[in-house]
Amino acid sequence: MRMLIALLAGGLFGVGLHLSGMTDTQKVLGFLDVFGAWDPTLMFVMGGAIVPMALAWRATGKRRPLTGGQFPPSPARRLDRRLITGGVLFGMGWGLVGLCPGPALASLSYGGTSGLIFLVAMSAGMFLAPAAARLLDRPAPAP
Amino acid sequence: MPMDWIMGLIGGLLIGLSGAVYLLGNGRIMGASGIFGGLLEGGAADLRLERFAFLAALIALPAALFAAGLPVDTHVTGNLPLLVAGGLLVGLGTRIGNGCTSGHGVCGISRLSARGIVSTCCYIGAGVLTVTLMRGVL
Repeated sequence: MRMLIALLAGGLFGVGLHLSGMTDTQKVLGFLDVFGAWDPTLMFVMGGAIVPMALAWRATGKRRPLTGGQFPPSPARRLDRRLITGGVLFGMGWGLVGLCPGPALASLSYGGTSGLIFLVAMSAGMFLAPAAARLLDRPAPAP
Repeated sequence: MPMDWIMGLIGGLLIGLSGAVYLLGNGRIMGASGIFGGLLEGGAADLRLERFAFLAALIALPAALFAAGLPVDTHVTGNLPLLVAGGLLVGLGTRIGNGCTSGHGVCGISRLSARGIVSTCCYIGAGVLTVTLMRGVL
């Protein structure tokens, strides 16, 4: 059952990314190009996605997930160095190529060699991330 | 252009529906970097299988749409150093910051998570800055 739900969710995510045009790096880079020829499509995608998701969070209330277990706990409020640094690094890479993890995977079948190279580099970055994050946690050296 | 926005809205609703199905069904947050990165790291066998199923469908369905006559040109750069640097940064950043556009963006903002909102401001801000600087250089 959990497998079927994961298949359904992954399929919906893929179809949504494909139809919305988010696997086209030109549309994504166009959204980030606010001082140039701005393309607001990504904003419509985000807005559209947040509506069903907000309803789903409301529905979690006192219930349990369909397949049992627990819903994720309330979000942590802690804003730390990892969150900020990670977000900035991710944004830089996103702005260089126009791919984030979802679309990079969704376009794998038609993204050609470039798409594949990006995905391999992204996997390498993910492998290195735990070590890099530990470096961030080190206290600043004493003056 | 308005056609692009309508398709964006429809696609976005499907992405949100995907997150809703994953949350209400399996009790998990639908984040691409978490699912893919988590699978790379290993984890329990049943969780691995679930993540693998998600990714298989995420890759297969767009391939089917493409074959069925709904092609998308990714317009992705052929510049090798750019691809490698971009990929490394996206991989590092999403795992260090524990989320990407789907996890922090869609799932975080929709529950008004402070971390999701701050993360989204960071990556959109850094993305806008990068694109603006690159336009000056290239």
